[in-house]
Amino acid sequence: MRRLIKSAGLREILLPLGRMAVFVLGAGALMSVVMVVLALLCRGSGADKLLLSTQNVNIVFYTMANLPQVLIDGVTIGFVYAAIALGYTMVYGVLEFINFAHSEIFAIGAFAGVEFLIIMDKIGVLATSGTYGPYLYLTLALAIGMLAAGGIAVLIERTAYRPLRGAPRLVPLISAIGVSFALQDIIRLVESLTTGQFYRVIPTFGNFDDKILLFTIQTASAPIKVDIQVKSVIVIAAAVMMLVGLNYIVNATRIGKAIRSVAQDRDTAAIMGIGVNGVIAFTFLIGGALGGAAGVLYALKFTRIDPFVGFMPGMKAFTAAVVGGIGNLTGALLGGIILGMLESFAGAYLGTFTMGNFGSEYKDIIAFLILIIVIVFRPSGLLGEQISQKA
Amino acid sequence: MRNRYFLVVSALLLIGLLFVGCGAPDAKVIKIATQSPLSGGMSAVGTDIKNSVQLALEQLSGPLVAMGFKVELAAFDDQGNPDTGVANAKSIVSDPAILVIVGHYNSGVQIPSSEEYHAAGLANVSPANTNPKVTERGYLEVSRICGRDDVQGAVGAQFAMSKGIKSAYVLHDKTAYGQGIAEYFKRESEKLGIKVLGFAGTEEKANFDSILSPILASKPEAIYFGGMFDQAAVLFKQARQKGYMGMFLSDDGFDSSDAAKIGGAALLEGAGTYFSTVAGPAAAYPGTAKFQADFKAKFGGEPQPFAAQSYDSAAIALKAIENAAIAAGKKVPARADVAKAVRALKDFPGITGTFTFNAKGDLAKAKYFIIQVTSPDAAQWSQNKIDKILDIAPPQ
Repeated sequence: MRRLIKSAGLREILLPLGRMAVFVLGAGALMSVVMVVLALLCRGSGADKLLLSTQNVNIVFYTMANLPQVLIDGVTIGFVYAAIALGYTMVYGVLEFINFAHSEIFAIGAFAGVEFLIIMDKIGVLATSGTYGPYLYLTLALAIGMLAAGGIAVLIERTAYRPLRGAPRLVPLISAIGVSFALQDIIRLVESLTTGQFYRVIPTFGNFDDKILLFTIQTASAPIKVDIQVKSVIVIAAAVMMLVGLNYIVNATRIGKAIRSVAQDRDTAAIMGIGVNGVIAFTFLIGGALGGAAGVLYALKFTRIDPFVGFMPGMKAFTAAVVGGIGNLTGALLGGIILGMLESFAGAYLGTFTMGNFGSEYKDIIAFLILIIVIVFRPSGLLGEQISQKA
Repeated sequence: MRNRYFLVVSALLLIGLLFVGCGAPDAKVIKIATQSPLSGGMSAVGTDIKNSVQLALEQLSGPLVAMGFKVELAAFDDQGNPDTGVANAKSIVSDPAILVIVGHYNSGVQIPSSEEYHAAGLANVSPANTNPKVTERGYLEVSRICGRDDVQGAVGAQFAMSKGIKSAYVLHDKTAYGQGIAEYFKRESEKLGIKVLGFAGTEEKANFDSILSPILASKPEAIYFGGMFDQAAVLFKQARQKGYMGMFLSDDGFDSSDAAKIGGAALLEGAGTYFSTVAGPAAAYPGTAKFQADFKAKFGGEPQPFAAQSYDSAAIALKAIENAAIAAGKKVPARADVAKAVRALKDFPGITGTFTFNAKGDLAKAKYFIIQVTSPDAAQWSQNKIDKILDIAPPQ
């Protein structure tokens, strides 16, 4: 048994799972405690009185009763951010530039998966696919989203980034921003030419919208049900599987070793006989595929997509990658979860604690404010840049 | 290599010359401009605003053509974006052939853009801008043929009251339009004794999880959204998926068949979805039957909301230009005279009603509707049930 755990393969599966559990539980517990302490401090304040008069509960109870749902929402979106953030961080790891087109790669994945499901829905196979059929089609949609997004990512690397390798650092950055805008409008063009639509809505099928009741909190007035949507479970499960898979590829396979060596020193890696171009293309492929899958999951969770859908999640995932320590895979995971939690907490409690003066519209401001503070005190991110061996 | 550059440059020059050729001034050309979102999320409504004006120019420009004028449409795409709208407005006012601008779908775009029209004395007839500020500035150039948000928000609250709603959570999209109407809804609700459990704005378009948790925790009987359908429909759908069964209320920004496409059956569940609007569906206007048929024949597909109003706006523009041209001795009239001629119209018969403007540019009496969403099918949007029709004069 001990030997089994010591074998690199299994360790690289168990280790990230453990990390995820620690991150989720740690971030969740920390924020819950902060929130409850805040609520205790606010006892007797105007916000407390307002709650008592409108909903007949005090602020501490209100905070506690809402916590489980807020945590579930935060974890769900956190994993989506983490999956996107990995794309940024991997490319940064090997090329040291931010691939701003990654948000559109995410959107392309979402569109490919959703279009596939819409076609399946039109044919009529989705509605009649029984209990397990929907999961098969969703898996197919994920695969198609991953293929499309990964393919586009490789194509972008070949056409927009490879010719600029060796150019000053800002040049590929600007190229990336250009590609990002171009892709947005290409999606828009393709969609308006083929379907004439701007919004695409994922078909309703399977039991993804159902809710699983976790537990019920008894209160004086009405019991509060804490439940999780089936699709949230799917989003979390799929993201966890992808993150573990990626970790395994990077840390326990030959190609992963090649990626790490290219990240450390491209020239030396080339001297050692590693096909640098191929490795970089492969990095884009898996980073893009992860982004694409995240796109399909995002569409499943939030139902509607448009050509500009990638911008905000992309921006937030980029931030998550920086906060965790850009270039650092574990850091991207941590950053994603923290950002998701912050957003969820700020969105849910801000309005109540400020008596409606600052509603949930300020959730991003609070989330990013805390992130700025983190960056000020830890400029290389929470876990630090891993790719610092470069001269 | 040299050769290729030469070719490219000469080709560009040639194209440039072509454009110059097009722009050659012709004393007898009169243009009516439109500004509406022709691309992006609101393009369904925006494109039909343009198409309706085009239809009106084809059908109603006879008297001007008889005077020897050539009437043309100059369509601009404001993308629902204030910056683009203002940039377009600058090029519109610099084209002397443009005498009237019909347009804007979004109040947030119309308000800054109309500052340009006002400075140039160019008449603007608006088919859809409901923010009070549109006319409250008292510009002679700006008139509208639809109702106002201060009345519309109040109408929404009165309707909620009539349905026995006792508590509501109010959201808006932080635009001039959405926030404005949400505030009027809130004010009237509080006056009527409906408990407003919360008031918040959001620019979020996809992930409403964290916004919904405090809303659902406060258990409102209705959720009001001041803003456009592209946010409202997603929000409503996600609220239903989280088990909310109360009533959804929104405003005329919700009036687009895309709302049904996004929201689907979720809009019909529970206590249902209602919205107030200043432009009722076709059934509310007996005069629009011919317009509907012509529109369908020419552009294929049912006209979107505000299409008939755009047709009427163009009709008003043409009539005003005609009156001003006659007064100017069948010459191209001055912009200021056209603007005055718009306001001088009395009981002008359009297809959606008869129009008389007051001193501010509001209609003497505007129609307000409460509509219930009755089908998850986007194609059935124009068949939605009219719950109430009210004729209300604007506040003085």
